[in-house]
Amino acid sequence: MSRDELVDSLGKAFGEKIQAKTEFRGETTYTIAASDLREIAKFCRDEFSFDYLLDITSIDNLSEEPRFELVYHLYSMLHGVHLRLKLKVSEETGAVDTVFDIWPTANWHEREIYDMMGIRLNGHPDLRRILMWEGYPFFPLRKDFPLEGLPSEMPDVAFTKVTPMEGGPFVTIPSTATSKDREPRGRPPEI
Amino acid sequence: MPETRSTAYDSKIEGNVIFTRFDAALNWVRKNSLWPMPMGLACCAIELMATAASRFDIARFGAEVMRFSPRQCDVMIVAGTVTYKMALAVKRIYEQMPEPKWVIAMGACASTGGMYRSYATLQGIDQLIPVDVYISGCPPRPEALLAGLMKLQEKISRERSFRNQKPQLAEKLEDAVA
Repeated sequence: MSRDELVDSLGKAFGEKIQAKTEFRGETTYTIAASDLREIAKFCRDEFSFDYLLDITSIDNLSEEPRFELVYHLYSMLHGVHLRLKLKVSEETGAVDTVFDIWPTANWHEREIYDMMGIRLNGHPDLRRILMWEGYPFFPLRKDFPLEGLPSEMPDVAFTKVTPMEGGPFVTIPSTATSKDREPRGRPPEI
Repeated sequence: MPETRSTAYDSKIEGNVIFTRFDAALNWVRKNSLWPMPMGLACCAIELMATAASRFDIARFGAEVMRFSPRQCDVMIVAGTVTYKMALAVKRIYEQMPEPKWVIAMGACASTGGMYRSYATLQGIDQLIPVDVYISGCPPRPEALLAGLMKLQEKISRERSFRNQKPQLAEKLEDAVA
């Protein structure tokens, strides 16, 4: 089965559950609702041989609603085809269902998302922090978390201090503008 | 008639006796058998390995015995970026090392945090444990590590073998006396 056939038949199978379809450099992205994730993920794995979950990434679009975005990067070993599933999560919900039982590799990816972005994973078997220590009070990859860090004091566990940024190699300028204005693309996006 | 011959002169042990201070003798022993604790945390550890290998040969300075148990170590070489999460383990291992003990902060990250100015990185291991020698470089060349080791040897030979090198034990004894 070629890439186009695979992607088309997947699109047909789900019909209205797919909110948007994007093509970029020969790879397809489907935008779906968070509530449909498990159903579509299982179907992708069982019926369309997307047997490999490459990565799960999370994006914080601060000052936009819904705030968070999750991207599931799938790969089919059989057909050699990439597929991305995108879904949005609002700050109030702050949670999506786990896909740990569909692709076991999701276990640590989801723990990282919880640790760095603070999005909870419903049904995850072991939702502990993976990079920072248990009890660290912040979620460092959120856009409103300063790069130099915030002080945290936990006797007998760990502490962090604010890092001096003056003259440092990476300096951020705090701003209330949208992420699109704060971080303009280096080149215009390809249509 | 009183005995006027000096000690060991014209005796069976003549020529085999050296007069020195006890501190100097003990420090001479200590500085020439520094067993390192290789605290390799990032790319500096690669240079540390190169220093131990045959081309640079840290064995020339008596420091080739890399011990992976802190109980058998004299000098901790902190080679690499120390994150806050790892800092706790580094401190614990330092505390497990028996006195006398020294620390070499190898490279920019261990000394100051280096290029990692962020929420996750400790800005210099000297915020947690006392450092004797700082080595610049990112990562430092093996020669730089050897130069640092020689600096440490110089420092040890100037120290007092008990009060400087066993401060915790000295403090305990003082408390017991008082």
